[in-house]
Amino acid sequence: MPLSEKLNLHSYSLRKFKNKFFYVLCLICLIIAIVPLLSILFEVIVRGAPAINWQFLTGNGLRNNIGPAIQGTLILIGLTSAIGIPIGILTGVYLAEYGNNKYATWIRTINDILTGFPSIIVGITAYSLIVVGLTGTFSPMAGAVALAFIMIPIVARTTEESLKLVPNSVREASMALGIHRWRTTLSVMLPSAKGGLITGIVLAIARIAGETAPILLTILGNFYFFQGLNAPIDALPLRIYLSSRSHLQIEQTQAWGAALVLILIVLTLNICVRLASRGRNKGTR
Amino acid sequence: MDNNNIKMQSVDLNAWFGTKQALKDINISMKANTITAIIGPSGCGKSTFIRTLNRMHELAPTAKLTGQILLEGQNIYDPNVDPVMIRRRVGMVFQKPNPFPTMSIYDNVAAGLKLTGAHKNKNLDEIVKHSLQQATLWEEVKDDLKKPGTSISGGQQQRLCIARAIALKPEVIFMDEPTSALDPIASAKIEKLVVELKKNYTVAIVTHNMQQASRVSDYTAFMYLGSLIEFGATKDIFESPKNQLTERYITGEFG
Repeated sequence: MPLSEKLNLHSYSLRKFKNKFFYVLCLICLIIAIVPLLSILFEVIVRGAPAINWQFLTGNGLRNNIGPAIQGTLILIGLTSAIGIPIGILTGVYLAEYGNNKYATWIRTINDILTGFPSIIVGITAYSLIVVGLTGTFSPMAGAVALAFIMIPIVARTTEESLKLVPNSVREASMALGIHRWRTTLSVMLPSAKGGLITGIVLAIARIAGETAPILLTILGNFYFFQGLNAPIDALPLRIYLSSRSHLQIEQTQAWGAALVLILIVLTLNICVRLASRGRNKGTR
Repeated sequence: MDNNNIKMQSVDLNAWFGTKQALKDINISMKANTITAIIGPSGCGKSTFIRTLNRMHELAPTAKLTGQILLEGQNIYDPNVDPVMIRRRVGMVFQKPNPFPTMSIYDNVAAGLKLTGAHKNKNLDEIVKHSLQQATLWEEVKDDLKKPGTSISGGQQQRLCIARAIALKPEVIFMDEPTSALDPIASAKIEKLVVELKKNYTVAIVTHNMQQASRVSDYTAFMYLGSLIEFGATKDIFESPKNQLTERYITGEFG
């Protein structure tokens, strides 16, 4: 038998073609996915950059300055994280480490539903519970509670998933040393899952930093810097929303500028957290 | 067997996973400062058996168990006994080396002491050094103690896991096929180490390697389909097995 026949060259070239075909298909889809992203970035930079100057970034007292909005967004991120990250991580730990029962199945389902919950409804809930019911005023606390509702399910889900990715042999090694379950989770499992945990937290922060609907009904907006936990506060997405609806050209440019600042804040946070968590104790998988 | 010297024994031990019975009426006694080899074909319950001995078996979701395990005469399945305390007295080394991936070599060895709160008033550096020396790893890693535990070779990782287990000064050490993932040279080192450990500990080792069992152990247990077929001095088991099944297994006819 000739060698070419033995190797079945015809089907080999067909296979090679298929291989190439799927590679090109993947490439095309990648481009389709990335073009809108890049064009948005490009548009935001081109339109937003002219608005940016020192006065615009730090001034207050006027609708034309976003100093209070930047400060408000950072405060909201801090408050929401303080509420959302501990609750989210502990929920995830429960689901991954103790979640072998029917309650956990329920919690998991509710959590998944909450992940895709319409954010305007979260806003209305926080509005009626806290703004109307509890404090009687728009406030960063009300905004943080609304945003925490969005943050918790994301953090819980990613915590559970990344804990489940840690090999069972690691858990067993710890248990076999006579280390208590809670100690095993805290000192062995969570550090091993650190990478996934941080990704989840960063994702959740990026998400809440850009949410508009939940804060629309809870923080009201403010042209001045922080007035206290019981007073209305400003935030970038809210400022973008309000300014972009203006008929004045200058305010529209300022909305673009605020959008650029928001993107930069999320990006900076993302990079900082990754840099801070890199280096020592890098988990190897 | 001299009853006074028995460190650990199982009495009418039965174990299940769900409805599947994994162990049937196992009665084995281990004398202090001896090595017991547990042999048998895959799936015969060897691993399950040693996992019942430090209460690791019950961590599986559907695991069930009846009978007794006596550690110096005390039943470790007594409701008043804390499984965590048992695991501190009965150490375990697994088939695949499993150092903690986020910890350095030093911290891996110290983990058992640090995380159980047993390190107070103790010289950790000294214990870590001593444990690594006992595991014959000290010379190879003494300059790299801060490197991740997963950065060394598989054979070194397994000796690191042994060092981690002995750092807690357990009374008994079980090893579940500790050399099955290792090359012959690394295996030989571990074997030598096992014999060395006998001086201070009671050791049981699960193995698929007949030569290994005959080389290192004082007593051998042959298990088949969840039952203990034959148990006795290693010399007797390998030279004049009483049961035909044992003979067929150790001569390589099946398994």
